[in-house]
Amino acid sequence: MADIINFTIDGKECMAEKGIFILQAAKENDIYIPSLCNYEGVKPQGSCRICSIKTNGQFVTACTTPVADGMEIENNTDEINDMRKSIIELLFVEGNHFCPACEMSGDCELQALAYRFQMMVPRFIYQFPLREIDARHPKILKDQNRCIRCKRCIRTIKDEKGRSVFAFYGRGKNIEVNVDPVLGSKLTDKLAAKAIEVCPVGSILPREKGFRTPIGQRKFDHEPIGSEYKH
Amino acid sequence: MSKPVIATATLAGCFGCHMSLLDIDEKILDLIELVEFNKSPIDDIKNFTKKCDIGLIEGGCCNSENVHVLKDFRNNCKILISFGECAIMGGLPAFRNPIPIKECLEEAYLNGPSVKGHNESGILPNDDEIPMMLDKVYPCHEIVKIDYFLPGCPPSAELIWNALTALISGKEMNLPYEVIKFD
Repeated sequence: MADIINFTIDGKECMAEKGIFILQAAKENDIYIPSLCNYEGVKPQGSCRICSIKTNGQFVTACTTPVADGMEIENNTDEINDMRKSIIELLFVEGNHFCPACEMSGDCELQALAYRFQMMVPRFIYQFPLREIDARHPKILKDQNRCIRCKRCIRTIKDEKGRSVFAFYGRGKNIEVNVDPVLGSKLTDKLAAKAIEVCPVGSILPREKGFRTPIGQRKFDHEPIGSEYKH
Repeated sequence: MSKPVIATATLAGCFGCHMSLLDIDEKILDLIELVEFNKSPIDDIKNFTKKCDIGLIEGGCCNSENVHVLKDFRNNCKILISFGECAIMGGLPAFRNPIPIKECLEEAYLNGPSVKGHNESGILPNDDEIPMMLDKVYPCHEIVKIDYFLPGCPPSAELIWNALTALISGKEMNLPYEVIKFD
């Protein structure tokens, strides 16, 4: 039998199997820790930092830190939530996120987090970088304006030989997620649909389809992201 | 006690936010009881005739005239509110922002499919009477201090109503999840 350990999140007594990541442990205790780059079933990488929690006075990412016995975790505090909100605001000013003109508006996880944290305006200056829309592939569009480089597509979408369809290209602030032209041209319907699903924003879109869900029926129209959790 | 005075303006916007203000339906009658309108497209008062309590700004700043009007509002309004995505982040007019202004003008007046060959002397509008275009479309809070932000494209009538009544009554604003939307 697996080792069961005790820990607390914001003072609430929790239990989980030893060694699992804090994000998963919180989920099993019905506690919401917001996350963005993390995708269930894919190895976590801790890059977006939105799931950051505080333990022992230090910020650590909940998706990559294993839970330990007796751990005291701070999650839903003003300080941590403001830090999370600032990351969301940075993502909004860093790319070109024109929500009114985006097909994924209402179903977008970045936007949903902004709603959850009541972002009325980012505290940072808008950058308006020049980014391209890559429309060379038969099944999908890759809009670089909206990409947040979470690598969810890179980590998830592999062909039958295990080759990655998406990959990073470039360095630093100019880094882009590119589509392999050969693998992109052979993308199956199923894999294309999966790529669109794993993208948390509107950066990977289906071709010849747009605004599929009417306003009012979209994922985050009525309930904030994370509403399925009790705490 | 005199009524609070409201002024409104549309800068680089589509008037959609003003339409949403009118979309409070019959509550517009309550609003007129509660407040007095000064400079605004709603009553067509062109210039400030007194200091105002609340200024509502729709649209971002795409040219020198927008900046002038925005500064005029800041000087004449105690509280200034950006309402709508264009005022807050530039909105659709800001689609041009990543592209250099020279390229935008050349596309619009020289090279675009509807103008190519019809502007033989290659003139770009450059008359003193025409407001000068800015290098990009600026959110209002990057030009002057803005006190409050009401997101949405347009902000819902409910959000505008809640914000105005909260400001006028001094009560805390009612912000249900469904009224804050960016689209």
